[in-house]
Amino acid sequence: MTTAVTIVLNGLEHAAPVGASVLALLETLGFAAGRVAVEVNGRILRREDFARAILRDGDRLEVVQFVGGG
Amino acid sequence: MKSEALTIAGRSYPSRLIIGTGKYPSLEVMRRAIEASGASMVTVAVRRVNLSRRDGESLLDFIDTRKVALLPNTAGCRTAEEAVRTARLGREAGLSNLVKLEVIGDEKTLFPDNDGLLQATRVLVKEGFTVLPYTNDDLVVARRLRDAGAAAVMPLAAPIGSGLGVQNPAHLRLLLEEIRDVPVIVDAGVGTASDAAMVMELGADGVLMNTGIAGAGEPEKMARAMRLAIEAGRLAFEAGRIPRKLYATASSPMEGIVR
Repeated sequence: MTTAVTIVLNGLEHAAPVGASVLALLETLGFAAGRVAVEVNGRILRREDFARAILRDGDRLEVVQFVGGG
Repeated sequence: MKSEALTIAGRSYPSRLIIGTGKYPSLEVMRRAIEASGASMVTVAVRRVNLSRRDGESLLDFIDTRKVALLPNTAGCRTAEEAVRTARLGREAGLSNLVKLEVIGDEKTLFPDNDGLLQATRVLVKEGFTVLPYTNDDLVVARRLRDAGAAAVMPLAAPIGSGLGVQNPAHLRLLLEEIRDVPVIVDAGVGTASDAAMVMELGADGVLMNTGIAGAGEPEKMARAMRLAIEAGRLAFEAGRIPRKLYATASSPMEGIVR
């Protein structure tokens, strides 16, 4: 039985527990959900859906934030 | 006496200066520069989070978002698709429809790709964004952007980060004469206070700058200088300057001179 799924997070392979949500992933990584934006397989994931979006094997995630820029 | 406020898409901003948040020596210096500039809007970039390093300092801890609106940009995007994608991410991160749209067509000059810019503007306007496109000082492109629903047009004064000041005042004047229904905000190339004042005297509705302040010896001081220059330039524009004449006209009465 597999205990982990492999996702591609910001271009890099990343293992996450089976059944983990996007919110759980962000918490594990130490990012405040209120300050990032997430795209799953090319589509924006609304912030209110972070908790119920469950990571699936092969998902491609982009997690971005604001940085200094002009 | 204060100059009139800047209005973008029905919202009024007390300051006509928009500043960037990149390239400061530290986030604390940035915070003080924003404060000194009096800006009511600051640009931010949208980037992947750093997964290997969490250094605790977050840009947003240094920006008072109750006083200053965030303007996410699409800096570095080379196609309309990339820019649209980045704009959507920025909207989600900042929960605002404002976007400074950049589609770069040339790496050395960072000049915009007009085709991509127009395409992305159309898509984003349809999706409800308030689109502020960074464009070159081309009247025809500016007109097309406005017709596509851009909330402002933002022609460059000179290449991004060059500090050269207004390289083509005639083009800017033509653009300012024609584009009257949306604000014209000069974006990029301002090097010092007189550049900003000149842009405002020409009748621009606002100025956006980053390197001119962030790269200065003392960013906080330069931010204040820019604030004053923009206020002065705008007031001079609103007041209406005297015509230029080749010969002198005496300011003191000619009668009663003691001889």
